[in-house]
Amino acid sequence: MKPLDSKKDYQNYVDKKSPNSPIWKNCLNAFWVGGLICSIGQIIMSICKSRGLSTEISGTIVSIVLIALSAFLTGLNLFNKVGKFAGAGSLIPITGFANSIVSPAMEYKSEGYVMGVGGKMFTVAGPVLVFGISASIIVGLIYFIFI
Amino acid sequence: MDWLQSIEWMALLKCFVTGGLICVIGQILIDKTKLTPARILVIFVTTGAILGGLGIYQYIVDFAGAGATVPLTGFGYNLAKGAIKAVKEIGILGAFTGGVTAAAGGISAAIFFGYIASLISKPKMKKE
Amino acid sequence: MKKLGKQTIKFDNPPCITEVASIVGPKEADGPLAKYFDQCLEDEFWGEKTWEKSESKIIKETVNMAIAKSGISSTDIEYCFAGDLLNQCISSSFGLRELNMPFLGIFGACSTFVEGLSLGAIMIEACAQNVLCAASSHFCSAEKQFRFPLELGNQRPQTSQWTVTGAGSAVLSKTGSGPYITHITSGKIVDMGIKDANNMGAAMAPAALDTLICHFKDTGRSPNYYDAIITGDLGHVGKEILIELAQDKGYNIKSNYNDCGVLIFDKEKQDTHSGGSGCGCCATVFSGYFFKQLKDKKIKRLLLIATGALTNSTSTQQGESIPGIAHAVSIEI
Repeated sequence: MKPLDSKKDYQNYVDKKSPNSPIWKNCLNAFWVGGLICSIGQIIMSICKSRGLSTEISGTIVSIVLIALSAFLTGLNLFNKVGKFAGAGSLIPITGFANSIVSPAMEYKSEGYVMGVGGKMFTVAGPVLVFGISASIIVGLIYFIFI
Repeated sequence: MDWLQSIEWMALLKCFVTGGLICVIGQILIDKTKLTPARILVIFVTTGAILGGLGIYQYIVDFAGAGATVPLTGFGYNLAKGAIKAVKEIGILGAFTGGVTAAAGGISAAIFFGYIASLISKPKMKKE
Repeated sequence: MKKLGKQTIKFDNPPCITEVASIVGPKEADGPLAKYFDQCLEDEFWGEKTWEKSESKIIKETVNMAIAKSGISSTDIEYCFAGDLLNQCISSSFGLRELNMPFLGIFGACSTFVEGLSLGAIMIEACAQNVLCAASSHFCSAEKQFRFPLELGNQRPQTSQWTVTGAGSAVLSKTGSGPYITHITSGKIVDMGIKDANNMGAAMAPAALDTLICHFKDTGRSPNYYDAIITGDLGHVGKEILIELAQDKGYNIKSNYNDCGVLIFDKEKQDTHSGGSGCGCCATVFSGYFFKQLKDKKIKRLLLIATGALTNSTSTQQGESIPGIAHAVSIEI
C-alpha cells in the first residue's frame, strides 16, 4: 500500500506519522488542577454554609467567585498559561466557561465595545448556553408531561 | 482561623477526586478526538442537564459536592434542576423560567466580569 | 522565456534578486535564525493599537527597507506583488497603500511569497525593469482569524504549527549581480482529503511533492543538482512526510532538503510543536537566511518551494478538506 493511492490511505498514513499528545501527562495535570479548582469551590461552599446560607445560594456564590477569579486571571493574561498546562483541568470547571467569555471579549475589543465586545463575547460560550438552556427546557417539559 | 474548622476534610477529598476525574474525561476527549473546546463544553453541559433530569447527577452531587457542581456538567445539572423545581411550583411555564433562573448568577457574573476585563486589559502574545 | 514541460518556465535572461529585507517578531527573534533578520521587534503591537495595524506596519517597513537597501529609487520600481493571510489581504493593501506604485495583490496562502517572486520574474522578463515582491503574516492576527482568541486557555496539538510574525520583501531587477531566478514551477492544487486544520503540514505535503516531481521532470534535473531544496512551512510533521513520499516516488532528497518552518524555531526550547507557518515563514527565512547564503556563495543552487493551505475558517467549520498548493522557484548564483 502506498500512502498516496487514495485519500483514505493517506489519512491512515498521516495518522501514523503524526505525533500524539502526551496523554498521560496531560491527564495527570488535568486531574490535579481540576480537582484543585473544585476544592476551592468546596471550601467556599463550606464557609458559606457555616454562615447559615442555603445550598442554592452557596452554590451561586461559588460560581460567581470562581468566574470572577477566572476573569481576573484572563485579564492579567495568565489564564492561557494555566490552560496550556492543565488542559481540561481548567476548561471543564466553570472557570473555563468564564474564560471562554472573557477571552473573545478582550480579543474583539479592537472592533468596538458594542459589536466587538458585546457581539463576539459568546463566540465560544454561546453554544454552551444554547444547548444547556435548551436541554433544561426539554427536561422541564418532559417532567411536566410525564410526572 | 475559624473557617478552617468548617471544612470537612473527607468531603474535600471526595470533591478533589471526583472533580479531577471529570476533568480527566474532558482531557481524554481533547487528546483522543478532534473536538474543539466549544464542542467539549457543549457535550459536558448537555450531559449534565440530561443526567440531572434523570436524577442520576444528584447522587454525584451528594457524594462530591463542589467536585460535581463546579465542572460544567454541574452547570447543566443546575439548569435542569432549576427547570424541574419551577415546573413543580408554577407548572409548564417553569420549564422556560426555571433553568435560567437557577443559573442566572453564573451567567450574569460571566457577562459582567467579561465586559469589565475587556475594558481594562488587552490581549497579549502567548510566549509559548 | 520558454515553457518547459507542463508547469515550468525557464527564463532567457534570468531576473536578478537585487535586494531583500526581513522584519520579524519577538518569538522569531528568540529562534536560531535571529541574527540573520534585518530587524527584530520587541513586541507584537509595535506601537499600534491592533494586531492588524501592526502587521500592516511590518510589511510596510519591510518593503521600505528593501527599497532603501537596493539603492533603487521607489519611482523606478514599476510593480508590486504582495499578499498575506488576513481576509481580503488587508495587511498588504493597507500597509502598502502609500507606496504609490501599481499594486497587484495576490493570495496563495503561505505560498504567497514564492507566487510573488514567480509573477515578478515573469513581469521582469516581459517588460519591467524593477519589481517588488512582499508577503507577511502575524501570529496574533492569524490566531484571531483562523483559530481562537489569544487569551483562551486551550492546548495546541502536537501537529499544530506556529504562525510566524514577520514579513519578507525582495526587489527583482532586470540586471544585477545575482542571485538569479532561473526557473519557476507553478503548482497545481492538490487535495488528499486532510481535514484537520491543526495538521497543515500533512495537508500540504502532497502538493509540495507534486510540484517537486514536476520540476524535476520538466527541467530534467535531479535532486542532487541543488545544494538545498527548501520548502516553505511543512513543519516537522510535513517534512518527514515529504521525505518519505519523495523516496516512494524514487527521489532521494534526504541529504539536501529542509523546511523554513523547521529552521525558524527551536522546537524544544520554544515549544512550537510542528514548527513555523504562515506567509511570513518562507518570506523571512528566505530574505533573512538563504539570500545571504546565496550571496556568500555557500549555497549556489537553491530550489525554494513555498507551500500553502488554501483554507479559511468557514471551510474548516463546514467540514471541508484542506486543498494544498506549492510553487517552486529555482534560484542560482
